[in-house]
Amino acid sequence: MKSIKPLYLALAVLTFLLIEGALYMALLQAPTERTMGDVQRIFYFHVPSAWVSFLAFFIVCIASIAFLRTGKAQWDRLAASSAEIGILFITLVLLTGPLWAKPVWNVYWTWDARLTTSLILWLIYIAYMMVRRYTSDPERGAKFAAVFGIIGFLDVPIVYMSIRWWRTLHPAPVIGGGGGLAPEMKQALFFSLFAFTVLYITLLLLSLRIRSVEDKIQALKNKS
Amino acid sequence: MQTLTQFYTILHKDLLQELRSKEIITAMLVFSLTVVVIFNFVFDPGSAEMRTTAPGILWVAFIFAGNLGLSRAFAREQENSMMQGLLLCPVDRSLLFTAKVIGNILFIGLVEIITLPVMIIFFDLAVGRAWPLLLAILFLGTAGFATVGTIFSAISANTRSREVMLPIMLFPVTVPIILAAIKSTSYLLAGRETADIWPWLRLLIGFDVLYFFVCFLLYEYVVEE
Repeated sequence: MKSIKPLYLALAVLTFLLIEGALYMALLQAPTERTMGDVQRIFYFHVPSAWVSFLAFFIVCIASIAFLRTGKAQWDRLAASSAEIGILFITLVLLTGPLWAKPVWNVYWTWDARLTTSLILWLIYIAYMMVRRYTSDPERGAKFAAVFGIIGFLDVPIVYMSIRWWRTLHPAPVIGGGGGLAPEMKQALFFSLFAFTVLYITLLLLSLRIRSVEDKIQALKNKS
Repeated sequence: MQTLTQFYTILHKDLLQELRSKEIITAMLVFSLTVVVIFNFVFDPGSAEMRTTAPGILWVAFIFAGNLGLSRAFAREQENSMMQGLLLCPVDRSLLFTAKVIGNILFIGLVEIITLPVMIIFFDLAVGRAWPLLLAILFLGTAGFATVGTIFSAISANTRSREVMLPIMLFPVTVPIILAAIKSTSYLLAGRETADIWPWLRLLIGFDVLYFFVCFLLYEYVVEE
């Protein structure tokens, strides 16, 4: 048994420290929002989660294109790992959103463009994982998932645009008030964005490693 | 010229098979009517609400029925290894895809043409001079839905839980088509001006073109060996 490579260990420690820093800045350092109060602090985790999920799904699309072009298993592993992490973060977005919305909007959910798009995004990538898992032949499953991953990602801006159109024709609650952020709030947000991005990279590398080991074991099993 | 003949041959095969068995069309028709009947219980009879929501019910019926038809489109090819036979034909894959899409549009379109008058009677809709535009919206919505549906149906036919996978993949991805189709139909039937309908029609056309192009490129990866 080889021990965890120093690179992974270093990354894990770095991520831990960054997340601790983000927690400190978001919960203690940033000023309390005047009208919303402390509940507004969820914003420092909600927005970075949304950013990471978009980044993750973008990587799924790029890796899917590369996989279809080259046929190399490493691209498929990247797509699968990134999709998994993307689902985790979009789930966090969908959970933290209502927690904030209830005290501020007085409802957990409203069919606003951003909320609806996030929910549809969640559904699309759940379907993505299902396609992969429910295809008997893993190689075909990888190809199907890649095709679905590309179509699904292209769909995201169109979904957003169409729902926005639909909603701008009707009155809808305004998100965030549209006002400027205090400098300390901005700092906390950007630090949190950075910390979450590093967290994504760490999770991605670990997940990739698990998948490549799994593939190796499968290859050995098939040999014997 | 040869391409055209090949295209026609594949399309003809699908149409002939369906005309002989009438398996898919019948199921889709009965199903879409069932959906309408179920929806009728949601509203008080003769209420104004019913008329304003009728376009939505119309499209829900078409989309559910379309999903049913699409799930059969490739599942049928799996029987007796018909897909292998098709792939062995010296025909370009993209041609195969286009023929399948056209076939699916025709099937769903036929169901729509039969169901639509029934719905107009049931929901007391006034179409009047809007007929040409209504048919155009029906075509554009169906074309987009069938394009994405064709490629996903080829995928779901190869998964373990065939019929279950198709709507799970298809419905979230086709949200823009469903939304644009419902909106343009309801504006049209409510007698709104063309200027209001146009943005939604543009979205439908844009979606159709983009998705035909993307699915056309990706199709060969779905139907290998």
